[in-house]
Amino acid sequence: MKTIKNILFLLLAIMAVTSCSKDDTEIIEETVDPMATYNLIKALDYTDHVIEIYSEKEALTVGYNPMFIRIKDKIAGSYISNPNLSWKPMMHMETMMHSAPASEISGSAYPTVFSGYIIFQMPGNATEYWDITLNYTVAGVDMTKTVRIDVVMPSDGLKKSQVFMGSDDVRYILAYVDPKMPQVTVNDFTAVLYKMEDMLTFSVVENYKIAVDPRMPGMGNHSSPNNQDLTYMDADKMYHGKLSLTMTGYWRINLKLMNEAGDVLKGEDVTDTNTESSLYFELEL
Amino acid sequence: MNIANNRPLPLWDPGKMSGVILWVLVLCVFCSKSHAQEISVDSLYILPVDLNEVVILGAKKRLTHQKQHKPLSSLDEYLETAQKINLIKRGAYAWEPSLNNMTSERLAVTIDGMQIFGACTDKMDPTTSYVDVSNLEEAQIQSGQQGALFGNTIGGGINMKLGHSRFKDKGWYGSVENAYESNNNLRIVGAELNYSKPEFYIDGDIIYRKADNYFAGDGEEVVFSQFEKYNISLNSGIQFSEGKKLATTLLFDQANDVGYPALPMDVSLARAVITSVSWQQDSITGNFKDWETKIYYNNIKHVMDDTKRPNVPIHMDMPGWSTTAGVYSQMERISGKHALLFKIDGFYNRSLAEMTMYPNDPNENEMFMLTWPDVRTTNTGIYLADIIALKSFTVALSGRLGLQNTNVADDFGFNSLKIFYPEMERSNTRFLKSFSVTFSKDLNAFSMSLGAAYGERAPSVSEGFGFYLFNSFDAHDYIGNPNLTNEQSLETNAKVSYKKEKLSVSAEVNFFHIPNYIIGVLDSNLSPMTIGAAGVRVYTNLEYAQVFNSAMSAKYQLLKGIHWSAGLSWHRGTDNEGENLPLISPLTYNSSLSYTGKRTSASISVSGNGVQENFSVRYGEDQTNAYTVVSATLGRRLVIHKNDLYAKAGIENIFDTSYSTFSDWNNIPRMGRNIFMSLSYSIN
Repeated sequence: MKTIKNILFLLLAIMAVTSCSKDDTEIIEETVDPMATYNLIKALDYTDHVIEIYSEKEALTVGYNPMFIRIKDKIAGSYISNPNLSWKPMMHMETMMHSAPASEISGSAYPTVFSGYIIFQMPGNATEYWDITLNYTVAGVDMTKTVRIDVVMPSDGLKKSQVFMGSDDVRYILAYVDPKMPQVTVNDFTAVLYKMEDMLTFSVVENYKIAVDPRMPGMGNHSSPNNQDLTYMDADKMYHGKLSLTMTGYWRINLKLMNEAGDVLKGEDVTDTNTESSLYFELEL
Repeated sequence: MNIANNRPLPLWDPGKMSGVILWVLVLCVFCSKSHAQEISVDSLYILPVDLNEVVILGAKKRLTHQKQHKPLSSLDEYLETAQKINLIKRGAYAWEPSLNNMTSERLAVTIDGMQIFGACTDKMDPTTSYVDVSNLEEAQIQSGQQGALFGNTIGGGINMKLGHSRFKDKGWYGSVENAYESNNNLRIVGAELNYSKPEFYIDGDIIYRKADNYFAGDGEEVVFSQFEKYNISLNSGIQFSEGKKLATTLLFDQANDVGYPALPMDVSLARAVITSVSWQQDSITGNFKDWETKIYYNNIKHVMDDTKRPNVPIHMDMPGWSTTAGVYSQMERISGKHALLFKIDGFYNRSLAEMTMYPNDPNENEMFMLTWPDVRTTNTGIYLADIIALKSFTVALSGRLGLQNTNVADDFGFNSLKIFYPEMERSNTRFLKSFSVTFSKDLNAFSMSLGAAYGERAPSVSEGFGFYLFNSFDAHDYIGNPNLTNEQSLETNAKVSYKKEKLSVSAEVNFFHIPNYIIGVLDSNLSPMTIGAAGVRVYTNLEYAQVFNSAMSAKYQLLKGIHWSAGLSWHRGTDNEGENLPLISPLTYNSSLSYTGKRTSASISVSGNGVQENFSVRYGEDQTNAYTVVSATLGRRLVIHKNDLYAKAGIENIFDTSYSTFSDWNNIPRMGRNIFMSLSYSIN
């Protein structure tokens, strides 16, 4: 009889525990933080609201930086779903200032999270720094705030963006977007191309073409088959192609930029005598 | 100049059979003039006149030592004595057998009926390298579709039959063996211990071989030709009642520090564990008999190593694994005119190989690829053979139906292959068929046979899924092709033999027309991976290729105990454009004079090749010169207290000729003068 009691007690205990844990998960699901997997770069605490800036990366780096912004209304205790966000990055050098290519800020999968990207051309240092000026609306009041940010070189030291003067005397900025985690396969390859109109204005270059030639300098400049040149897609205003990587290790993605007429603006073909192009990205997997 | 007219013609294109017919006629004339008799050859399956050869390895038959050219020589050296077999040499160890001038992927090579597949992507470990003569009884060599008993094949089958005590009432017995060879300081020690009773036996043996570098004919040291190997086997059986037997086999074979002078890499480990359990029942019901069912498992690990090589452009590790499990069951039925053999079989193989390259810049990541992407092969088949004894002749029919599925299990490997084949699917199933018919007839001292056959094979793991496999023979990287269609074979063969009293002569020809022949074809758009490689070849189905083999042999008893024997063979292989295929033997000859007495044996032999007229520039071959080498042996058997002591010594390549043959990878020279000695002491 005692045994039966014990068993019953045990069963009840198990039921209690399992039902409790079930409730717990439900609560967690309700409050799941969409930014949990991203890195908070900056949180600006003002009297009635907080601005949070997130990045996919641990730090903002030279090159392409996808970023997420959300604003919390402290009084309402919730994130704002229509803040009319816009932004402008600025580099404060010792003698001059310049901006950087930046996308429009648009919505995301979550109604209170807004996303965009900035391509930083250079890192900050002791005397030179980047800031971002944000324009937005909280409770019907337009606001402008400027936030200073740290931009560093990528920790892996690999080149993922390049600022260069084309043979047409236009200054271009080319930045690597995808694949974030390159695999040994045919990867979907994405890059963005901007041209510099003036120190403060950058515009997306449309309908150019970028030839792709991945090489492994450590393996006698081994290349891979079935790569596809980068071409412009209007939908996301980016350049898309295919990148085949036959093994892990260090790859140099040699590139060649051509305009609509097919004139080469930057980069050279890789041949037996010319082992690399002056326009390139670096990858390591 | 009309290039088309200057193009070499294929061996045979439909309507141009004359060359073959001419050969057959020449051989027939030769036979009919020389009053011969059929050469007696053992055969496991009762083929009346067989196209098969058996090489007696006979470690368990001590008296055969006397007949053997070189007791305790490697299995490869034994196989080399078979007329249909050539061995491709990449060093002093692990030669790759070629039968009818076709190698591993076109052959069914089995150990006691068990499928076993090497784990090296560069063919450094053919199946035959994982056994030793110490526990083998014979090598059964079946030409063409005669080999389909053991699996899907084009060129034929080689089955290495294990020896055991067979429930003889002998009690304890054993032997100790020792041998030495001067050229490469080869040391061999072996021992066996057996216990056999009618209801139970257990056999154990161990053999160890260690060799240093060998020296070629001109005294040149062939560096990286050393090896070390040991092989242990333990076999046992229980006879529950008369004719009902359970047998188990355990083989362990390990080679270390194996040099491959013809290749850019050596091997630090090649290890096989081979196991089986079988049930044998001599009689069942009715006319059914000899029912045998076997379950087996084997596991191979193979590790390539370049750490001892100077000046490697990039250091790399290349381990490979191959695991096979299988089962077969077969029985015979003799009734009236029919002798039937039924067999069902199946196996599952897993082949995985990796390559890791260490960049010269230590800050860069390792370069890794899967050279065999964990390919899982499942093969099931049924085989049926019937020998029908008609009044005036005998017909042997056989057929195999097989179903083979391959599945690329590893995601990394699958994605790698998708670079080349974006539409590729993981799983692929193939239906494989083969049929053969052989007519044979005995007429007085003559035996004749004429056969035709059709066979198919699926691509090998390397051919289907290999990823940048470097072939040092033609200095190209090879890429597998999952879209290959099955290779087929249309085969005809004829054999005439004659035996009368002291003379026996035989002549045979066979011809293979091989549609969808699989070979690597240059793709100049692809960039090689291996540093120093000249290009990339992708395995491709040629429209067809053709292989022709012809051989004659003769044996004559000059005096009691004294025999003269000779052999001559000629081969040709071409692709559909008339280009020569690689690794096809030129004219080969051998002749020997031997004496076998009750206690003493001696022999002197000459063997050689003609100039390789038909070499394959396209596939990286250059011409091999003619050569002749002379060897001699002397043996003596002593009886000490009813135990046998057998001593044999010999000298190979007496004149220290410097030579290499068509089958020497990258023309590495063969061994120069070599003196061997062996001592066997058996305790009864």
